[in-house]
Amino acid sequence: MEPLNWFEIITRVFIQFIPVWVALVVVFTLSMVYKRRLGLYGKLFDSTIGMIGFALVMFWVFTGIFGAMDLIITHDPLSQVSGMKNKAPGTPLAGAEEGYYPYYLFGGDNLARDVFSRMVKGAWVVVQIAPMATVFAFMVGITLGLPAGYYGGKLDTFLSFLANLILAFPVILLFYLLVTPEIVDTGIPNYMAMVLFIFPIIFVGVLLNSRYRTQPKVRTPMLIVVLGIMGWLYLSLISQPGTALKLLPDAVDLFNLQGGILVVFVSVVFVNSPTVFRIVRGLTMDIKTRDYVAAAQTRGERPWYIMLWEILPNARGPLIVDFCLRIGYTTILLGTLGFFGLGLPPESPDWGTTINDGRRLLQVYLHPAIVPAVALLSMVLGLNLLADGLREESLRD
Amino acid sequence: MILTGLCLTFLVFTLTNLYPNLEKLAKTQGNFRMSDAEVTSYLEKNGYLQPMFVKYGEWLGVLPSYRHENADGTIQGRCIRPGTSPEEAPNFCGILQGNWGFSTVFKDEVGSIISTRLGLTGKLMFWVMVVMVPSALILGVLAGMREGSKTDRGLSTIAITTTATPEYVSGVILIAIFASSAAGLKWFKGTATSAMESANFENFALPVITIALYGMGYIARMTRASMAEVMTAQYIRTARLKGVSFPNIVMKHALRNALIAPFTVIMLQFPWLLNGVVIVETLFNYKGFGWTLVQAAGNNDIELLLGVSVVSVFVVLITQLISDIGYVYLNPRISVS
Repeated sequence: MEPLNWFEIITRVFIQFIPVWVALVVVFTLSMVYKRRLGLYGKLFDSTIGMIGFALVMFWVFTGIFGAMDLIITHDPLSQVSGMKNKAPGTPLAGAEEGYYPYYLFGGDNLARDVFSRMVKGAWVVVQIAPMATVFAFMVGITLGLPAGYYGGKLDTFLSFLANLILAFPVILLFYLLVTPEIVDTGIPNYMAMVLFIFPIIFVGVLLNSRYRTQPKVRTPMLIVVLGIMGWLYLSLISQPGTALKLLPDAVDLFNLQGGILVVFVSVVFVNSPTVFRIVRGLTMDIKTRDYVAAAQTRGERPWYIMLWEILPNARGPLIVDFCLRIGYTTILLGTLGFFGLGLPPESPDWGTTINDGRRLLQVYLHPAIVPAVALLSMVLGLNLLADGLREESLRD
Repeated sequence: MILTGLCLTFLVFTLTNLYPNLEKLAKTQGNFRMSDAEVTSYLEKNGYLQPMFVKYGEWLGVLPSYRHENADGTIQGRCIRPGTSPEEAPNFCGILQGNWGFSTVFKDEVGSIISTRLGLTGKLMFWVMVVMVPSALILGVLAGMREGSKTDRGLSTIAITTTATPEYVSGVILIAIFASSAAGLKWFKGTATSAMESANFENFALPVITIALYGMGYIARMTRASMAEVMTAQYIRTARLKGVSFPNIVMKHALRNALIAPFTVIMLQFPWLLNGVVIVETLFNYKGFGWTLVQAAGNNDIELLLGVSVVSVFVVLITQLISDIGYVYLNPRISVS
């Protein structure tokens, strides 16, 4: 068979992505139709930049999800096909059997794996980790930043000192200190996971308690159910067989994260939360001087009610914008970890690892490194544009 | 600040001196088939089994350093170099006395390694600053001068794109475009190893541009935001009504006030730049400070890693201090008393 030319490659890639296009069209049509009823999310569709950003982000989100369901990929991302080492994009598979996709659309890498499929699978790694890690970082930052800003004093001094301590580390040094195999063996990341992952439980617990404190009949069962489920998830998340923390027997352990993901997750949350803390603290200090806070204080509301139900909703604008930017930053961090071969297993298809593999032969073979690089670039760019659009739209009213 | 520095170095010290690291060190220094008892005796001999605080104090140079009496009566210790007798050797030898330890990978004094590598990285950083700061400021001022105009839109999009491109992505793309022998233009070289002795445009341009691009977008956006804010201020309107020409307003009236925020941002960029330096030096194989960090961390070279960490942490702390002081000097509303 003849190798494909560029036009044919683009057409075939386009066809492979059909599930993504369908999902994108559905999302955009629904959002456009109902955009007046969707609040800030709907307003996003008034700004071109926001829409481009949203489209880019959703493209990769859908690619990740469908890729995980084996819809888009043409080959197994780990299987090697002989004779396909470093082959140019569009090379036909030598001696392709029936049922195999006959081409390597974006060529083969230095271990004769399909670059296209690895790129799609890499999107799933990012989509899995980045948003969740950012959510966790926000939970930690909010739970600590609100009281620090609201009460001030010694608590504030202490927490700010800790945050500055972590921020004074260059990120890469921190990664090298936390993610090396020796440190992982001592179980330090697991203990850090134990501390960091408890914050969402505290956050939700305090949130519900402060709201329904006056209605014990609603509050008590609600808290028991919610905290029970979250506690179970928490315990199954942090207990890993074969590490220092083995809290739950296998029968009740709901899931185990595969090798390295927990460590990567923890370190990314750890690096991000001090910045979130500083932002939340600053916003709280600003908002606490407003009249409606004084009114709530006069009404006799409890401090935590004021923090979580008066201050936090009013700080949402900057926080949402920062959330989008931070997912992008987390994606960059994940790539950095992969680039230095930290945490994730070496055969992992994530973009950072693939770029690192590809760069060694960059002088001769471009495609193994360029494809994931462009993928990462477009995803982070999408998140930045989305944040920009959101900022503009939220400032407008 | 000194407290922060002490806390940070202690943290790094603890993390690098955990038992698994020490065990690996013993095995790389001795041999890989050492039994557990041999590992323990090696660590004992070199004073690695003391409490963490004592070891930290010795390393810092505030506690007298450890000495071990061998079975044959000779005394060995950190301060006792080969060739000097135990009586002559000083009691204290930590970083306060200028003794940074000995690197196991490069077989050299940590102090001298760090100073040469820092020199090389300093050269890189200097050119990064020369390229990055003026272009970022020009970009930001041009964009913020007339907020909402076409220039503003275009320049802001460029700034967003560069902030969205981490060094390992832009570096790869730049090498592919300008340096690869397969499809590229072959204007520059893809490695900067030769730039360590003699830097010229051909081998140094790509690493400098790669680092500068990532930082540039962020500074430009900050400059744009503060410029746009200043341009709406009352005194600018007064100047316009008075009939001052537009370039004059920008240069004489707006610029100084608009540069306060970017200045702090530029200083606080240093920790980020340090990151960029590590990535770029690995990518372009430029054997500077960042490259040393990767080598030390990857090869479990405890003393070198400690030295590198201390230097980088202090660089960050000092830039924070400078940014605070500079803020006060630049801002006419805060008086220096």
